[in-house]
Amino acid sequence: MTPVLEIKGLKTSVEGMLILKGVDLVVNTGEVHAIMGPNGSGKSTLAAVLAGREEYEVERGTVLYQGANLLEMEVDERARKGVFLAFQYPVELPGVSMMNFLKQAVNALREHRGQDPLSAAGLLRMAKEKAKLIGLDPRLKQRSVNEGFSGGEKKRNEIFQLAMLEPVLAVLDETDSGLDIDALRSVADGVNQLRTTSRAFVIITHYQRLLNYIVPDFVHVMVDGRIVRSGGKELALDLEEKGYDWVRYDAAA
Amino acid sequence: MNTDTQYLQEVADSDYEHGWAVDIVSDTIPKGLTEDVICLISEKKEDPDWMLENRLRAFRHWQTLARDKDKYPRWAHLDYPDIDFQDISYYSAPGSKPKYKSLDEVDPELLRTFENLGIPLEEQKVLAGVAVDAVVDSVSVATTFKEELAKLGIIFCSFTEAIENHGDLVRKYMGSVVPYTDNFYAALNAAVFSDGSFCYIPPRVRCPMELSTYFRINQAGTGQFERTLIVADEGSYVSYLEGCTAPRRDENQLHAAVVEIIAHRDAEVKYSTIQNWYPGDSQGKGGVLNFVTKRGICKGAGSKISWTQLETGSAITWKYPSVILQGDHSVGEFYSVAFTKGRQQADTGTKMIHIGRNTSSTIISKGISAGLSNNSYRGLVRINKKAANARNFAQCDSMLLGDRCGAHTFPYLEIHNPTAQVEHEATTSKVGEDQLFYCQQRGISEQDAIKLLVSGFCQEILAKLPMEFAVEARKLLAIELEGSVG
Repeated sequence: MTPVLEIKGLKTSVEGMLILKGVDLVVNTGEVHAIMGPNGSGKSTLAAVLAGREEYEVERGTVLYQGANLLEMEVDERARKGVFLAFQYPVELPGVSMMNFLKQAVNALREHRGQDPLSAAGLLRMAKEKAKLIGLDPRLKQRSVNEGFSGGEKKRNEIFQLAMLEPVLAVLDETDSGLDIDALRSVADGVNQLRTTSRAFVIITHYQRLLNYIVPDFVHVMVDGRIVRSGGKELALDLEEKGYDWVRYDAAA
Repeated sequence: MNTDTQYLQEVADSDYEHGWAVDIVSDTIPKGLTEDVICLISEKKEDPDWMLENRLRAFRHWQTLARDKDKYPRWAHLDYPDIDFQDISYYSAPGSKPKYKSLDEVDPELLRTFENLGIPLEEQKVLAGVAVDAVVDSVSVATTFKEELAKLGIIFCSFTEAIENHGDLVRKYMGSVVPYTDNFYAALNAAVFSDGSFCYIPPRVRCPMELSTYFRINQAGTGQFERTLIVADEGSYVSYLEGCTAPRRDENQLHAAVVEIIAHRDAEVKYSTIQNWYPGDSQGKGGVLNFVTKRGICKGAGSKISWTQLETGSAITWKYPSVILQGDHSVGEFYSVAFTKGRQQADTGTKMIHIGRNTSSTIISKGISAGLSNNSYRGLVRINKKAANARNFAQCDSMLLGDRCGAHTFPYLEIHNPTAQVEHEATTSKVGEDQLFYCQQRGISEQDAIKLLVSGFCQEILAKLPMEFAVEARKLLAIELEGSVG
């Protein structure tokens, strides 16, 4: 079986500074991987590189997505092939209505898959259903994308879009940051609804608490641009107890 | 972003969609401007004597301005060589026939021209419920729905017909808002104008349909000097649409129109424009030089004038639709989207002159610049001494597509009454790379993402346009942004 994602010896820099210093990671379909680590360890850089942000220079290493070279694909091409990034800081698109935005995104995807574009009514039906699943306030669909949304609404909107676009690989970049416990729980519920055997998740988080609600199959700890430890879900609990210094010390040793 | 720059370059270079010229037998007088030419125009128009007098008075005034090149208006943020006013023909009428009784008599080639532009008169008559007074070059060739409007006492006709049949109204109002002494181009227009539209709404009548006029410039080397006069009597309402496209030409074409609006007590006039004249090629060759004076007066208490414009065409745009708020509690609005690309230059904005008490005005201007273009907002808000409790809100947003274009804002505030409340907000942004990335991460191509973001940027203005016009406006904006796509 071909893994969904296969990262080997990935080194990337931004403005001449090396951030990822050799990352290896294999993610198979149906799996949920959590990547934890202290601030500045390179977690979000990894998410950005997977999505295709240009300011990150890939120095070495390979990234295969469904067996193909991901690094050669354009940003929108990656998205159409099923790579989804839930942003840590979703941007506002003033004047761009949610439904128009979704229509373009969904239909770009469908065109890529050789499907006919979804009708306005079909799209509306789908949006209604997914909003309900995620617990997104249906009124938000009438607004401009993320404009005037609260922090929690923005994060939930990311998960809503995840539901609409049905990706193969979903990368969640600190989706839990800035959320109170209720919002956290409802976002986690949304994600759990979307876990299927045909979808893989890479969940990037600073805190263990999200993993109480989204239980991962694997946990990786990233320190200073490298994955220094990998394990099962219990690793997150160890980290919670002992702090990052524990693995940091380990990594240095 | 390399691909970004490349795409924006393509957008900037994309061809003008309405660039073709139609072969119509034309009645054009030789180039040059003298008293003889004014008399010739007047004769061709079968002007009454008073109109000829008006023309000559305006022409003599214009001569005093044109004689001295220091008196040419040069204050705008525009760069173009001086216009040789003697190298222009000042009159051109389509077809050899001077008048048409019905559409059947109209040159079929001309009707096809409209069809290519997506404005088939026949269809519009039936489907859209829009009365169209189509002006090709300088003479009105078709006026529809006139009878239906006449039942309500509404007059909607060509300026020529208005002079003939409603001379008293024309004499009363023409030049009352924009006198020939107002500026260089207003003087020129008053001297040589050949036709245009006239509209009168009687007291307490709500015009049941959008009145619309399509202007085209179709004759190589001829200027277009239109006049529009709209009078809304007490308590009446009218929505007026003006849309323009022009075929490709290699030489610059001068356009100097004048629009005057008079709103009496409690009357409301909504004036919407789509301007899409030929902007010139990517080297800046050709293109329409557009010097327009548009002004309305809220004469009576509680009256309202609202200007909405989408400006995408012309090589040079010099245009400031303004409102004089004379009546107490009157309201003036200016909503504008100006899109420039290639080597286009636009200097556009408004003047809000507060005279009456409790008057209020709103200005929302959105400028989008691409390629090597320059886009300026210039706006004056003047609150006169006696204009107690005047309010103004102005918002000017500029968006830059690429890094070789310019956006400028020139706000002027003259406040002579301490009770005034004036707010001005201005922003300039590059089309956000973060926003583009966000859209692309959802599978939307870069081109589609730019279109989406630009139309989002303009949304609040486009929403002010009457519905069928808004559809056209969105389409036009998308075509303008299209570049090499599709």
